[in-house]
Amino acid sequence: MPTQIVQFDQVCKFYQMGLVTVEALRGVSFDIHAGEYVSIMGPSGCGKSTLLNLLGCLDRPTSGQYRLGGDDVSQMNDDTLSAVRGARLGFIFQSYNLIQQLTVVENIEVPLYYQGRPEEESRALAARYAERVGLGNRLTHKPFELSGGQQQRVAIARALVNDPLVILADEPTGNLDSISGVEILKIFDDLHEQGKTIILVTHDENVSRHARRSIRLRDGEVESDVRL
Amino acid sequence: MSESSTNSFASIGVIRGPLLLRLRRTVRLGVKSLWLHKLRSLLTALGIVFGVCSVIAMLAIGEGASYAAQEEIKTLGSQNIILRSVKPPEEQKVSEKGSQSYVLQYGLTYLDIQRIRSTIPGVTVVVPGRIMREYVWNISRRVDSEIMGTVPWYPEMRNHHVARGRFFSDKEMEDKANVCVLGAGMVKGLFPLESPLGKDVRVGGDYYEVIGVMEPAGKGATTEETGDNAKAAAERMFIPLETAKTRYGEILRKVRSGSFEQERVQLHEVTVKVATPEQVIPVADAIKEVMERNHKKKDYDIIVPLELLKRAERTKEIFNIVLGSIAAISLIVGGIGIMNIMLASVTERTREIGIRRALGAKRRDIITQFLVETVMLSGAGGVIGVLLGVTIPWFVSHFAGMKTIITFWSPVVAFTISGIVGVVFGIYPAMRAAQMDPVEALRHE
Repeated sequence: MPTQIVQFDQVCKFYQMGLVTVEALRGVSFDIHAGEYVSIMGPSGCGKSTLLNLLGCLDRPTSGQYRLGGDDVSQMNDDTLSAVRGARLGFIFQSYNLIQQLTVVENIEVPLYYQGRPEEESRALAARYAERVGLGNRLTHKPFELSGGQQQRVAIARALVNDPLVILADEPTGNLDSISGVEILKIFDDLHEQGKTIILVTHDENVSRHARRSIRLRDGEVESDVRL
Repeated sequence: MSESSTNSFASIGVIRGPLLLRLRRTVRLGVKSLWLHKLRSLLTALGIVFGVCSVIAMLAIGEGASYAAQEEIKTLGSQNIILRSVKPPEEQKVSEKGSQSYVLQYGLTYLDIQRIRSTIPGVTVVVPGRIMREYVWNISRRVDSEIMGTVPWYPEMRNHHVARGRFFSDKEMEDKANVCVLGAGMVKGLFPLESPLGKDVRVGGDYYEVIGVMEPAGKGATTEETGDNAKAAAERMFIPLETAKTRYGEILRKVRSGSFEQERVQLHEVTVKVATPEQVIPVADAIKEVMERNHKKKDYDIIVPLELLKRAERTKEIFNIVLGSIAAISLIVGGIGIMNIMLASVTERTREIGIRRALGAKRRDIITQFLVETVMLSGAGGVIGVLLGVTIPWFVSHFAGMKTIITFWSPVVAFTISGIVGVVFGIYPAMRAAQMDPVEALRHE
């Protein structure tokens, strides 16, 4: 497996809004290597969300090539993309996005469930990851019984449980108070130290400072790409 | 190269547990989601509950009613044709003018029997009967009874058998013996304490020896067409036809509010037995023709139990069709209710769908999830409906005294249909859920 986990080559994404074509991304190219901790920054409307959707295999580029772990995912069909997401990506959202009717451990299990892993195995694995984010004693709680920081930690455990190539985090501290935010960023730092590849989308300079590399977007193009 | 890599990803999707195990987990997930909105789930399933329950209950009651009716008709004998004398309506008016010398003559004659016997093939046995209304006495006890003069093979022909003692014999018939067989309903009135067998009863000036008691007929015929009822059949006393002829002659006198009414009726009732069931309808038509030719007035009535039976069966068929349509409509309405709620649920859970898609769920995983939920909803409705549908007939037969029959297939079919309704009305909401764009779904508030 090449060390470039993410390879973006002249990726464009256009949306048709009525008669107007919105050019959200206009030829974006960059590589991300294994173990990198990258932040993607930029003002609103710069194409951050579009880029994140493409990185997360939730959407396909209009043109250009996106290779994830060496495989071209830009033209894959819907089912294969689902499999790719389940096996190679971990998502962390601003609003946690936990499933309300499931318990902590069941939420962490969801990616394994769609990979068809045996129930006992995935349950044990999910419990172990809950332990790792410090929620070992909250396994059977429902999301609404947890604080924002705890919910985001459940989401992190869920993003780790399938041992993904890349962890995608979208404003992970956006809904949290500063203390919880710091806690979450500490976990990210630990993960980076363990060699995980992390892509963090944010508009907060303080958050972005935790990353070791910063890609700035402006008007659908890469404005700067600096290592810190 | 890209070909092989696509395959490697496709294989990721193939690593799936055994189907049943996965289904079990999906079902458990569905229970959780439905349990989250207990009241809503219950109300949604209610449509199916009522549909299934009403089908089973109504079928059971209908089946019971038609069974009872058919049993009654069968006791008349499906190979029999029954002719009865009827006083023509225009004659009734004349008789009411009340002339003492006027003798009203109508009804079946011995000649009719001869004609039927000699001209129509397929007729095997004929049972004639004369009916007189008289008081029957045992010393000071009195019962208002119908006395029927008939032939020894009456019980066998009419499926109305002797419970105790025996029916009169050919010899007694020939000898014009004074013997009688009491209807079951008469025994209590005449012989409340002792056995009537061997005792004598008095009718007018004649004494008859009781040689038998009929079984409680009841079955006789309670349908309107036969113009008879169980009570009358139970209150009937049987004597040999020859005895009746000599004791009563041809003319019957009725005293009605001071004026006499005289009727000449040779036979009140004739039962014709046909050799095979297939011949019943043609023979009945032939008899109708013979009777029409020889009777100017319509002073007779022909009852064909087989025709009644067929009519009852046809009625039941129509009843079943009507019931089936009602059931279908109510199940469709229930299904639409379920679909409506599932569509609302899909919209409400858009975000959950987005999350699941982001975490690796394929379209068909989402379809399965929502379809299983819908089928569980309608299936649960079906189970409750079957339970209620089986209970209600029990209450009906217990408290209203109506006969009900639950056929084995009615709950099975009703339950199966409720499952099918779940699939049919669940597919559209499930497809809607699966067709959602994950990006849009994740952004949904």
